Amino acid sequence: MKPIYLDYSATTPVKQEVLDAMIPYFTEKFGNPSSLYGIGFASKDAIELARSQVAALIGAEDREIYFTSGGTEADNWAVIGAARSRKNKGNHIITTKIEHHALLHTCKALEKEGFVVTYLDVDDNGIVDPAQVKNAITDQTILISVMFANNEIGTLQPIAEIGAIAKENGILFHSDGVQALGNVDIDVRSAGVDMMSMSAHKIYGPKGIGALYIRKGVVIENILFGGGQENKRRAGTENLTGIVGFGKAAELAGKNLNDHIKQVRDLRNYFLEQIRSRIDDISVNGDLEKRLPGNLNLIFNYVEGEALLLHLDIRGICASTGSACSSASFSPSHVLSAMGLPLEKVYSSLRFTVGDFTTKEDLDLVVASLVEIVSKLRELSPFDKDHRMQSTQVLR
Amino acid sequence: MGMYNEKVMDHFTNPRNVGTLEDSNAIGTFGSPVCGDMMEISLKIENNVIVDAKFRTFGCGSAIASSSVATEMVKGKTLEEALKLTNQNFVDELGGLPGAKIHCSVLSEQAIKTAIYKYAKENGLDLPGLEGFDPDAEFDHDEE
Ligand SMILES: Cc1ncc(COP(=O)(O)O)c(C=O)c1O
Repeated sequence: MKPIYLDYSATTPVKQEVLDAMIPYFTEKFGNPSSLYGIGFASKDAIELARSQVAALIGAEDREIYFTSGGTEADNWAVIGAARSRKNKGNHIITTKIEHHALLHTCKALEKEGFVVTYLDVDDNGIVDPAQVKNAITDQTILISVMFANNEIGTLQPIAEIGAIAKENGILFHSDGVQALGNVDIDVRSAGVDMMSMSAHKIYGPKGIGALYIRKGVVIENILFGGGQENKRRAGTENLTGIVGFGKAAELAGKNLNDHIKQVRDLRNYFLEQIRSRIDDISVNGDLEKRLPGNLNLIFNYVEGEALLLHLDIRGICASTGSACSSASFSPSHVLSAMGLPLEKVYSSLRFTVGDFTTKEDLDLVVASLVEIVSKLRELSPFDKDHRMQSTQVLR
Repeated sequence: MGMYNEKVMDHFTNPRNVGTLEDSNAIGTFGSPVCGDMMEISLKIENNVIVDAKFRTFGCGSAIASSSVATEMVKGKTLEEALKLTNQNFVDELGGLPGAKIHCSVLSEQAIKTAIYKYAKENGLDLPGLEGFDPDAEFDHDEE
Protein backbone atom coordinates (compact mmCIF):
# COMPACT_ATOMS: atom_id res chain seq x y z
CA MET A 1 0.00 0.00 0.00
CA LYS A 2 1.53 3.28 -1.10
CA PRO A 3 1.01 5.87 1.61
CA ILE A 4 -0.96 9.00 0.84
CA TYR A 5 1.17 11.83 2.09
CA LEU A 6 -0.68 14.93 3.27
CA ASP A 7 1.97 16.42 5.51
CA TYR A 8 4.01 18.60 3.15
CA SER A 9 4.42 21.24 5.84
CA ALA A 10 6.33 18.74 7.96
CA THR A 11 8.69 17.93 5.15
CA THR A 12 8.71 17.18 1.43
CA PRO A 13 10.26 14.44 -0.69
CA VAL A 14 13.39 15.44 -2.58
CA LYS A 15 12.57 15.95 -6.26
CA GLN A 16 14.41 13.80 -8.77
CA GLU A 17 16.09 16.81 -10.46
CA VAL A 18 17.31 17.94 -7.05
CA LEU A 19 18.75 14.53 -6.23
CA ASP A 20 20.38 14.30 -9.67
CA ALA A 21 22.06 17.65 -9.12
CA MET A 22 23.39 16.54 -5.73
CA ILE A 23 24.76 13.10 -6.60
CA PRO A 24 28.08 14.09 -8.25
CA TYR A 25 29.01 16.15 -5.19
CA PHE A 26 29.06 13.06 -2.99
CA THR A 27 31.56 11.21 -5.12
CA GLU A 28 33.63 12.79 -7.94
CA LYS A 29 33.10 16.42 -7.04
CA PHE A 30 33.67 16.05 -3.33
CA GLY A 31 36.39 18.68 -2.86
CA ASN A 32 36.45 21.00 0.13
CA PRO A 33 35.26 24.38 -1.12
CA SER A 34 38.12 26.04 0.77
CA SER A 35 40.82 24.00 -0.97
CA LEU A 36 43.05 25.64 -3.53
CA TYR A 37 42.90 23.15 -6.36
CA GLY A 38 40.55 22.12 -9.12
CA ILE A 39 37.88 20.09 -7.32
CA GLY A 40 37.96 22.59 -4.45
CA PHE A 41 37.28 25.46 -6.84
CA ALA A 42 34.52 23.42 -8.47
CA SER A 43 32.83 22.96 -5.10
CA LYS A 44 33.15 26.66 -4.40
CA ASP A 45 31.55 27.43 -7.75
CA ALA A 46 28.70 25.03 -7.02
CA ILE A 47 28.03 26.77 -3.73
CA GLU A 48 28.02 30.18 -5.36
CA LEU A 49 25.59 28.96 -8.01
CA ALA A 50 23.29 27.66 -5.26
CA ARG A 51 23.60 30.95 -3.42
CA SER A 52 22.40 32.85 -6.46
CA GLN A 53 19.54 30.36 -6.96
CA VAL A 54 18.31 30.88 -3.40
CA ALA A 55 18.81 34.65 -3.64
CA ALA A 56 16.77 34.79 -6.84
CA LEU A 57 13.81 33.08 -5.18
CA ILE A 58 13.44 35.90 -2.63
CA GLY A 59 14.72 38.92 -4.56
CA ALA A 60 17.96 39.18 -2.60
CA GLU A 61 21.55 39.71 -3.65
CA ASP A 62 23.74 36.62 -3.63
CA ARG A 63 25.98 37.90 -0.86
CA GLU A 64 22.96 38.34 1.42
CA ILE A 65 22.42 34.56 1.63
CA TYR A 66 24.24 32.60 4.36
CA PHE A 67 23.85 28.83 4.40
CA THR A 68 23.02 27.19 7.72
CA SER A 69 22.14 23.69 8.92
CA GLY A 70 18.44 24.45 8.50
CA GLY A 71 15.59 26.67 9.56
CA THR A 72 16.26 26.08 13.24
CA GLU A 73 19.82 27.33 13.07
CA ALA A 74 18.76 30.31 10.96
CA ASP A 75 16.16 31.26 13.59
CA ASN A 76 18.66 30.80 16.41
CA TRP A 77 21.32 32.82 14.66
CA ALA A 78 19.03 35.68 13.66
CA VAL A 79 17.54 36.17 17.12
CA ILE A 80 20.57 35.42 19.29
CA GLY A 81 22.97 37.19 16.95
CA ALA A 82 20.79 40.29 16.72
CA ALA A 83 20.05 40.43 20.44
CA ARG A 84 23.64 40.04 21.56
CA SER A 85 24.96 42.55 19.04
CA ARG A 86 22.47 45.16 20.25
CA LYS A 87 22.46 44.55 23.96
CA ASN A 88 24.00 47.96 24.58
CA LYS A 89 21.07 49.60 22.81
CA GLY A 90 18.32 47.74 24.61
CA ASN A 91 17.05 44.41 25.86
CA HIS A 92 13.55 44.10 24.45
CA ILE A 93 12.38 41.70 21.75
CA ILE A 94 8.90 41.53 20.21
CA THR A 95 7.59 38.31 18.71
CA THR A 96 4.32 36.37 18.59
CA LYS A 97 2.77 33.44 20.41
CA ILE A 98 2.40 31.45 17.20
CA GLU A 99 6.05 31.22 16.18
CA HIS A 100 7.72 27.87 15.61
CA HIS A 101 9.53 26.43 18.63
CA ALA A 102 12.82 27.16 16.88
CA LEU A 103 12.01 30.80 17.53
CA LEU A 104 10.07 30.59 20.81
CA HIS A 105 12.59 28.40 22.58
CA THR A 106 15.40 30.66 21.39
CA CYS A 107 13.58 33.62 22.93
CA LYS A 108 13.16 31.64 26.17
CA ALA A 109 16.92 31.04 26.20
CA LEU A 110 17.54 34.76 25.70
CA GLU A 111 15.26 35.60 28.62
CA LYS A 112 17.77 33.76 30.78
CA GLU A 113 20.46 36.12 29.46
CA GLY A 114 18.41 39.08 30.68
CA PHE A 115 16.46 39.93 27.54
CA VAL A 116 12.78 40.75 27.89
CA VAL A 117 10.43 39.26 25.31
CA THR A 118 6.89 40.32 24.41
CA TYR A 119 4.87 37.49 22.87
CA LEU A 120 2.01 39.04 20.93
CA ASP A 121 -1.43 37.48 20.65
CA VAL A 122 -3.11 36.75 17.35
CA ASP A 123 -6.74 37.32 16.41
CA ASP A 124 -9.36 34.57 16.05
CA ASN A 125 -8.14 33.99 12.51
CA GLY A 126 -4.56 33.47 13.58
CA ILE A 127 -3.22 36.77 12.30
CA VAL A 128 -1.06 39.30 14.13
CA ASP A 129 -2.28 42.89 14.31
CA PRO A 130 0.46 45.31 13.17
CA ALA A 131 -0.99 47.94 15.52
CA GLN A 132 -0.17 45.65 18.42
CA VAL A 133 3.39 45.37 17.20
CA LYS A 134 3.59 49.14 17.12
CA ASN A 135 2.13 49.49 20.59
CA ALA A 136 4.57 46.98 22.04
CA ILE A 137 7.61 48.99 20.96
CA THR A 138 9.57 50.63 23.77
CA ASP A 139 12.83 52.59 23.74
CA GLN A 140 14.47 49.28 24.67
CA THR A 141 13.19 47.34 21.64
CA ILE A 142 16.03 45.98 19.50
CA LEU A 143 14.37 43.24 17.47
CA ILE A 144 10.98 42.30 16.03
CA SER A 145 10.49 38.75 14.78
CA VAL A 146 7.23 37.69 13.14
CA MET A 147 6.88 34.61 10.95
CA PHE A 148 5.90 34.98 7.28
CA ALA A 149 3.48 32.06 7.39
CA ASN A 150 2.46 29.82 10.25
CA ASN A 151 3.30 26.14 10.06
CA GLU A 152 0.15 24.80 11.73
CA ILE A 153 -2.66 26.91 10.35
CA GLY A 154 -0.85 28.39 7.36
CA THR A 155 -1.89 31.97 8.06
CA LEU A 156 0.10 34.66 6.24
CA GLN A 157 1.16 37.50 8.50
CA PRO A 158 1.15 41.20 7.50
CA ILE A 159 4.92 41.22 7.03
CA ALA A 160 5.23 44.32 4.84
CA GLU A 161 3.20 46.41 7.31
CA ILE A 162 5.26 45.19 10.24
CA GLY A 163 8.43 45.76 8.22
CA ALA A 164 7.43 49.37 7.66
CA ILE A 165 6.78 49.83 11.38
CA ALA A 166 10.16 48.33 12.25
CA LYS A 167 11.90 50.58 9.76
CA GLU A 168 10.14 53.71 11.04
CA ASN A 169 11.39 52.92 14.51
CA GLY A 170 14.89 51.86 13.50
CA ILE A 171 14.37 48.33 14.81
CA LEU A 172 15.78 45.20 13.23
CA PHE A 173 13.11 42.94 11.69
CA HIS A 174 13.44 39.19 11.29
CA SER A 175 10.91 36.83 9.76
CA ASP A 176 10.82 33.04 9.82
CA GLY A 177 10.15 32.36 6.15
CA VAL A 178 10.50 28.56 6.34
CA GLN A 179 6.87 27.79 5.48
CA ALA A 180 6.36 30.69 3.08
CA LEU A 181 9.40 29.92 0.91
CA GLY A 182 8.32 28.38 -2.38
CA ASN A 183 4.65 28.83 -1.47
CA VAL A 184 4.34 32.59 -1.53
CA ASP A 185 5.89 35.14 -3.87
CA ILE A 186 8.50 36.61 -1.53
CA ASP A 187 10.45 39.77 -2.23
CA VAL A 188 12.61 40.65 0.74
CA ARG A 189 12.87 44.30 -0.30
CA SER A 190 9.15 44.98 -0.49
CA ALA A 191 8.58 42.82 2.59
CA GLY A 192 10.97 45.09 4.47
CA VAL A 193 12.70 42.26 6.31
CA ASP A 194 16.29 42.60 7.50
CA MET A 195 16.68 38.88 8.06
CA MET A 196 14.70 35.85 6.93
CA SER A 197 15.05 32.15 7.79
CA MET A 198 14.70 29.43 5.15
CA SER A 199 14.88 25.65 5.00
CA ALA A 200 15.39 23.36 2.01
CA HIS A 201 13.36 20.35 3.12
CA LYS A 202 10.07 22.23 2.89
CA ILE A 203 10.64 22.98 -0.80
CA TYR A 204 11.52 19.50 -2.13
CA GLY A 205 15.17 19.83 -1.14
CA PRO A 206 17.19 17.82 1.37
CA LYS A 207 16.95 18.00 5.15
CA GLY A 208 19.62 19.62 7.30
CA ILE A 209 20.27 22.60 5.05
CA GLY A 210 18.81 26.08 5.15
CA ALA A 211 19.84 29.68 5.00
CA LEU A 212 19.55 33.01 6.69
CA TYR A 213 19.05 36.06 4.51
CA ILE A 214 20.84 38.99 6.12
CA ARG A 215 20.31 42.29 4.35
CA LYS A 216 23.64 43.85 3.34
CA GLY A 217 24.89 46.27 5.95
CA VAL A 218 23.10 44.49 8.82
CA VAL A 219 25.58 43.32 11.43
CA ILE A 220 24.72 40.56 13.88
CA GLU A 221 26.98 38.47 16.07
CA ASN A 222 28.08 35.03 14.97
CA ILE A 223 26.93 32.05 17.00
CA LEU A 224 29.26 29.44 15.50
CA PHE A 225 33.01 29.86 15.77
CA GLY A 226 35.67 28.19 13.68
CA GLY A 227 36.80 28.54 10.10
CA GLY A 228 36.11 31.53 7.88
CA GLN A 229 33.36 30.00 5.75
CA GLU A 230 30.32 31.97 4.59
CA ASN A 231 32.19 35.26 4.49
CA LYS A 232 33.47 34.67 8.04
CA ARG A 233 29.94 34.61 9.44
CA ARG A 234 29.06 30.94 9.69
CA ALA A 235 31.91 28.59 10.50
CA GLY A 236 32.13 24.97 9.41
CA THR A 237 32.91 23.12 6.20
CA GLU A 238 29.96 23.69 3.96
CA ASN A 239 27.27 21.02 3.51
CA LEU A 240 28.16 20.88 -0.15
CA THR A 241 25.60 18.34 -1.35
CA GLY A 242 22.89 19.94 0.77
CA ILE A 243 23.67 23.39 -0.56
CA VAL A 244 23.63 22.17 -4.17
CA GLY A 245 20.28 20.47 -3.52
CA PHE A 246 18.85 23.56 -1.85
CA GLY A 247 19.96 25.68 -4.80
CA LYS A 248 18.31 23.36 -7.31
CA ALA A 249 15.14 23.14 -5.23
CA ALA A 250 15.02 26.95 -5.03
CA GLU A 251 15.49 27.24 -8.78
CA LEU A 252 12.62 24.83 -9.42
CA ALA A 253 10.42 26.55 -6.84
CA GLY A 254 10.98 29.90 -8.52
CA LYS A 255 10.34 28.54 -12.00
CA ASN A 256 7.12 26.76 -11.00
CA LEU A 257 5.90 29.16 -8.33
CA ASN A 258 2.66 30.33 -9.92
CA ASP A 259 1.68 26.91 -11.22
CA HIS A 260 2.56 25.32 -7.90
CA ILE A 261 0.47 27.82 -5.96
CA LYS A 262 -2.53 27.40 -8.23
CA GLN A 263 -2.35 23.63 -8.38
CA VAL A 264 -1.92 23.17 -4.66
CA ARG A 265 -4.58 25.73 -3.77
CA ASP A 266 -7.11 24.14 -6.14
CA LEU A 267 -6.45 20.73 -4.61
CA ARG A 268 -6.74 22.12 -1.08
CA ASN A 269 -10.02 23.85 -1.92
CA TYR A 270 -11.38 20.72 -3.60
CA PHE A 271 -10.47 18.70 -0.51
CA LEU A 272 -12.25 21.16 1.77
CA GLU A 273 -15.36 21.21 -0.43
CA GLN A 274 -15.53 17.43 -0.43
CA ILE A 275 -15.12 17.21 3.31
CA ARG A 276 -17.68 19.94 3.90
CA SER A 277 -20.23 18.22 1.69
CA ARG A 278 -19.80 14.84 3.33
CA ILE A 279 -19.02 15.46 7.00
CA ASP A 280 -21.06 17.76 9.20
CA ASP A 281 -19.88 19.70 12.21
CA ILE A 282 -16.43 20.62 10.96
CA SER A 283 -14.77 23.99 10.78
CA VAL A 284 -11.56 25.53 9.53
CA ASN A 285 -8.92 26.95 11.85
CA GLY A 286 -7.39 30.19 10.63
CA ASP A 287 -8.11 32.63 7.85
CA LEU A 288 -8.92 30.84 4.59
CA GLU A 289 -7.82 33.67 2.30
CA LYS A 290 -4.59 34.86 3.89
CA ARG A 291 -3.20 31.37 3.97
CA LEU A 292 -0.57 29.08 2.50
CA PRO A 293 -2.03 27.45 -0.61
CA GLY A 294 -1.60 23.85 0.57
CA ASN A 295 -2.67 24.16 4.20
CA LEU A 296 -5.91 22.94 5.68
CA ASN A 297 -6.38 22.81 9.44
CA LEU A 298 -9.74 21.41 10.46
CA ILE A 299 -11.73 20.85 13.61
CA PHE A 300 -13.66 17.58 13.56
CA ASN A 301 -15.98 18.26 16.45
CA TYR A 302 -16.40 15.52 19.11
CA VAL A 303 -13.47 13.55 17.70
CA GLU A 304 -10.02 13.39 19.25
CA GLY A 305 -7.27 14.27 16.79
CA GLU A 306 -4.76 11.62 17.69
CA ALA A 307 -7.29 8.81 17.46
CA LEU A 308 -8.25 10.14 14.04
CA LEU A 309 -4.60 10.30 13.05
CA LEU A 310 -4.05 6.72 14.13
CA HIS A 311 -7.01 5.48 12.08
CA LEU A 312 -5.69 7.41 9.09
CA ASP A 313 -2.27 5.88 9.60
CA ILE A 314 -3.79 2.38 9.55
CA ARG A 315 -5.09 3.29 6.09
CA GLY A 316 -1.70 4.64 5.02
CA ILE A 317 -2.67 8.29 5.22
CA CYS A 318 -0.20 10.77 6.72
CA ALA A 319 -1.53 13.92 8.40
CA SER A 320 -0.56 15.79 11.53
CA THR A 321 -1.80 17.20 14.79
CA GLY A 322 -0.09 19.85 16.84
CA SER A 323 -1.94 18.55 19.84
CA ALA A 324 -0.75 14.98 20.03
CA CYS A 325 -0.61 13.91 23.64
CA SER A 326 2.23 11.57 22.77
CA SER A 327 4.94 14.10 23.45
CA ALA A 328 6.41 14.23 26.91
CA SER A 329 4.85 17.61 27.61
CA PHE A 330 1.21 16.72 26.80
CA SER A 331 0.91 20.33 25.76
CA PRO A 332 -1.85 21.21 23.35
CA SER A 333 -0.98 23.21 20.23
CA HIS A 334 0.33 26.60 21.32
CA VAL A 335 -0.83 28.06 18.03
CA LEU A 336 -4.47 26.98 18.31
CA SER A 337 -4.48 27.96 21.98
CA ALA A 338 -3.15 31.42 21.09
CA MET A 339 -6.11 31.82 18.70
CA GLY A 340 -8.40 31.39 21.69
CA LEU A 341 -9.74 28.01 20.61
CA PRO A 342 -11.34 26.08 23.49
CA LEU A 343 -9.32 23.07 24.56
CA GLU A 344 -11.65 20.37 23.25
CA LYS A 345 -11.56 21.99 19.81
CA VAL A 346 -7.78 22.15 19.95
CA TYR A 347 -7.78 18.42 20.63
CA SER A 348 -10.18 17.88 17.73
CA SER A 349 -7.98 19.63 15.19
CA LEU A 350 -5.99 18.07 12.41
CA ARG A 351 -3.65 19.51 9.81
CA PHE A 352 -3.53 18.35 6.21
CA THR A 353 -1.02 19.90 3.84
CA VAL A 354 -1.06 19.07 0.15
CA GLY A 355 1.88 19.42 -2.21
CA ASP A 356 3.23 18.84 -5.69
CA PHE A 357 2.71 15.09 -5.69
CA THR A 358 -0.83 15.12 -4.31
CA THR A 359 -3.56 13.97 -6.69
CA LYS A 360 -7.31 14.39 -6.71
CA GLU A 361 -7.64 10.61 -6.51
CA ASP A 362 -5.57 10.65 -3.31
CA LEU A 363 -7.88 13.25 -1.84
CA ASP A 364 -11.00 11.30 -2.82
CA LEU A 365 -9.63 8.27 -1.01
CA VAL A 366 -8.81 10.35 2.06
CA VAL A 367 -12.29 11.88 2.11
CA ALA A 368 -13.86 8.43 1.96
CA SER A 369 -11.68 7.28 4.84
CA LEU A 370 -12.47 10.39 6.85
CA VAL A 371 -16.21 9.90 6.43
CA GLU A 372 -15.91 6.40 7.82
CA ILE A 373 -13.47 7.16 10.64
CA VAL A 374 -15.18 10.32 11.84
CA SER A 375 -18.54 8.62 12.10
CA LYS A 376 -16.97 5.68 13.94
CA LEU A 377 -15.21 7.94 16.42
CA ARG A 378 -18.28 10.10 16.91
CA GLU A 379 -20.23 7.02 17.84
CA LEU A 380 -17.59 6.39 20.43
CA SER A 381 -17.47 9.94 21.70
CA PRO A 382 -19.19 11.13 24.86
CA PHE A 383 -19.44 14.49 23.07
CA ASP A 384 -21.57 13.06 20.28
CA LYS A 385 -24.43 15.27 19.21
CA ASP A 386 -27.22 13.24 20.82
CA HIS A 387 -25.10 12.56 23.78
CA ARG A 388 -23.15 15.70 24.47
CA MET A 389 -21.82 16.49 27.89
CA GLN A 390 -20.76 19.87 29.16
CA SER A 391 -17.38 19.44 27.60
CA THR A 392 -16.07 22.94 28.11
CA GLN A 393 -16.96 22.88 31.75
CA VAL A 394 -15.21 19.64 32.50
CA LEU A 395 -12.22 20.15 30.26
CA ARG A 396 -11.88 23.83 31.13
CA MET B 1 6.07 -0.69 13.53
CA GLY B 2 3.76 1.83 15.15
CA MET B 3 3.59 3.05 18.70
CA TYR B 4 1.14 0.43 20.03
CA ASN B 5 1.21 -3.35 20.24
CA GLU B 6 -1.28 -5.58 18.43
CA LYS B 7 -3.63 -5.99 21.36
CA VAL B 8 -3.86 -2.24 21.90
CA MET B 9 -4.50 -1.75 18.20
CA ASP B 10 -7.17 -4.43 18.29
CA HIS B 11 -9.03 -2.72 21.14
CA PHE B 12 -8.53 0.63 19.44
CA THR B 13 -9.88 -0.45 16.06
CA ASN B 14 -12.58 -2.77 17.44
CA PRO B 15 -13.46 -1.35 20.82
CA ARG B 16 -15.70 -3.62 22.92
CA ASN B 17 -18.83 -2.47 24.73
CA VAL B 18 -19.26 0.87 23.01
CA GLY B 19 -22.25 3.05 23.89
CA THR B 20 -24.43 3.85 26.86
CA LEU B 21 -26.43 1.12 28.61
CA GLU B 22 -30.14 1.87 28.45
CA ASP B 23 -30.81 0.14 31.74
CA SER B 24 -27.75 1.47 33.51
CA ASN B 25 -28.01 2.30 37.18
CA ALA B 26 -24.54 3.83 37.56
CA ILE B 27 -22.95 6.30 35.20
CA GLY B 28 -19.55 7.86 35.77
CA THR B 29 -17.79 10.41 33.64
CA PHE B 30 -14.27 11.58 34.03
CA GLY B 31 -12.24 14.17 32.16
CA SER B 32 -8.51 14.44 32.29
CA PRO B 33 -7.45 18.03 32.67
CA VAL B 34 -4.02 17.07 31.39
CA CYS B 35 -4.69 15.81 27.91
CA GLY B 36 -8.33 16.66 27.31
CA ASP B 37 -9.49 13.04 27.31
CA MET B 38 -12.98 12.22 28.55
CA MET B 39 -14.66 8.94 29.36
CA GLU B 40 -18.18 7.98 30.26
CA ILE B 41 -18.85 4.51 31.67
CA SER B 42 -22.33 3.14 32.29
CA LEU B 43 -22.73 0.13 34.53
CA LYS B 44 -25.58 -2.17 35.35
CA ILE B 45 -25.26 -3.32 38.93
CA GLU B 46 -27.32 -6.19 40.37
CA ASN B 47 -26.84 -7.56 43.88
CA ASN B 48 -23.52 -5.80 44.29
CA VAL B 49 -22.20 -7.27 41.05
CA ILE B 50 -21.47 -5.40 37.79
CA VAL B 51 -23.42 -7.38 35.22
CA ASP B 52 -22.92 -5.11 32.23
CA ALA B 53 -20.81 -2.14 31.17
CA LYS B 54 -20.51 0.20 28.21
CA PHE B 55 -18.31 3.19 27.51
CA ARG B 56 -17.82 6.24 25.37
CA THR B 57 -14.42 7.87 25.20
CA PHE B 58 -13.01 10.99 23.63
CA GLY B 59 -9.29 10.38 23.62
CA CYS B 60 -6.22 9.03 21.94
CA GLY B 61 -5.51 5.43 20.99
CA SER B 62 -4.44 4.32 24.43
CA ALA B 63 -7.40 6.02 26.11
CA ILE B 64 -9.81 4.18 23.83
CA ALA B 65 -8.03 0.83 24.15
CA SER B 66 -7.82 1.02 27.94
CA SER B 67 -11.48 2.06 28.18
CA SER B 68 -12.41 -0.94 26.08
CA VAL B 69 -10.36 -3.36 28.13
CA ALA B 70 -11.65 -1.81 31.36
CA THR B 71 -15.27 -2.48 30.43
CA GLU B 72 -14.35 -6.11 29.76
CA MET B 73 -12.57 -6.39 33.09
CA VAL B 74 -15.27 -4.87 35.32
CA LYS B 75 -17.97 -7.18 34.07
CA GLY B 76 -18.75 -9.90 36.58
CA LYS B 77 -16.85 -8.18 39.37
CA THR B 78 -18.33 -7.21 42.72
CA LEU B 79 -18.18 -3.51 43.53
CA GLU B 80 -15.37 -4.17 45.99
CA GLU B 81 -13.37 -6.03 43.35
CA ALA B 82 -14.00 -3.37 40.74
CA LEU B 83 -12.80 -0.66 43.10
CA LYS B 84 -9.50 -2.48 43.46
CA LEU B 85 -8.81 -2.24 39.71
CA THR B 86 -6.13 0.29 38.90
CA ASN B 87 -4.94 1.67 35.62
CA GLN B 88 -1.94 -0.65 35.86
CA ASN B 89 -4.31 -3.63 35.59
CA PHE B 90 -5.64 -2.25 32.31
CA VAL B 91 -2.15 -1.53 31.02
CA ASP B 92 -1.06 -5.07 31.92
CA GLU B 93 -4.13 -6.59 30.29
CA LEU B 94 -3.25 -4.67 27.12
CA GLY B 95 0.29 -6.00 27.20
CA GLY B 96 1.75 -2.59 27.92
CA LEU B 97 1.49 0.99 26.68
CA PRO B 98 4.26 3.40 25.68
CA GLY B 99 5.56 5.25 28.75
CA ALA B 100 4.17 8.62 27.75
CA LYS B 101 0.75 7.01 27.25
CA ILE B 102 0.35 5.29 30.62
CA HIS B 103 -1.47 8.30 32.04
CA CYS B 104 -4.25 7.87 29.47
CA SER B 105 -5.34 4.65 31.22
CA VAL B 106 -5.98 6.51 34.49
CA LEU B 107 -9.12 7.82 32.84
CA SER B 108 -10.78 4.39 33.00
CA GLU B 109 -9.89 3.80 36.63
CA GLN B 110 -11.29 7.18 37.61
CA ALA B 111 -14.46 6.81 35.53
CA ILE B 112 -15.23 3.42 37.12
CA LYS B 113 -14.65 4.81 40.61
CA THR B 114 -16.85 7.79 39.82
CA ALA B 115 -19.71 5.56 38.64
CA ILE B 116 -19.52 3.35 41.72
CA TYR B 117 -19.18 6.37 43.99
CA LYS B 118 -22.40 7.82 42.63
CA TYR B 119 -24.16 4.48 42.88
CA ALA B 120 -22.99 4.01 46.47
CA LYS B 121 -24.17 7.49 47.38
CA GLU B 122 -27.61 7.00 45.84
CA ASN B 123 -28.03 3.65 47.52
CA GLY B 124 -26.56 4.59 50.89
CA LEU B 125 -23.74 2.07 50.60
CA ASP B 126 -20.55 2.40 52.55
CA LEU B 127 -17.81 0.89 50.42
CA PRO B 128 -14.32 0.66 51.89
CA GLY B 129 -12.66 1.09 48.48
CA LEU B 130 -14.16 4.56 48.19
CA GLU B 131 -12.68 6.13 51.30
CA GLY B 132 -11.24 9.47 50.45
CA PHE B 133 -12.35 9.27 46.82
CA ASP B 134 -13.44 12.60 45.41
CA PRO B 135 -14.71 12.46 41.83
CA ASP B 136 -14.04 16.16 41.36
CA ALA B 137 -10.50 16.11 42.69
CA GLU B 138 -7.54 16.77 40.45
CA PHE B 139 -5.36 13.73 40.22
CA ASP B 140 -1.64 13.64 39.82
CA HIS B 141 0.12 12.33 36.78
CA ASP B 142 3.19 11.07 38.50
CA GLU B 143 3.80 8.55 35.72
CA GLU B 144 5.42 11.28 33.67
C1 LIG C 1 8.03 27.83 10.65
C2 LIG C 1 9.18 26.92 10.83
N1 LIG C 1 10.34 27.40 11.33
C3 LIG C 1 11.42 26.62 11.50
C4 LIG C 1 11.38 25.28 11.18
C5 LIG C 1 12.61 24.44 11.42
O1 LIG C 1 13.32 24.20 10.24
P1 LIG C 1 14.34 22.99 10.16
O2 LIG C 1 13.52 21.74 10.22
O3 LIG C 1 15.02 23.15 8.83
O4 LIG C 1 15.30 23.13 11.28
C6 LIG C 1 10.20 24.73 10.66
C7 LIG C 1 10.09 23.30 10.27
O5 LIG C 1 9.99 22.38 11.04
C8 LIG C 1 9.08 25.57 10.49
O6 LIG C 1 7.92 25.09 10.02
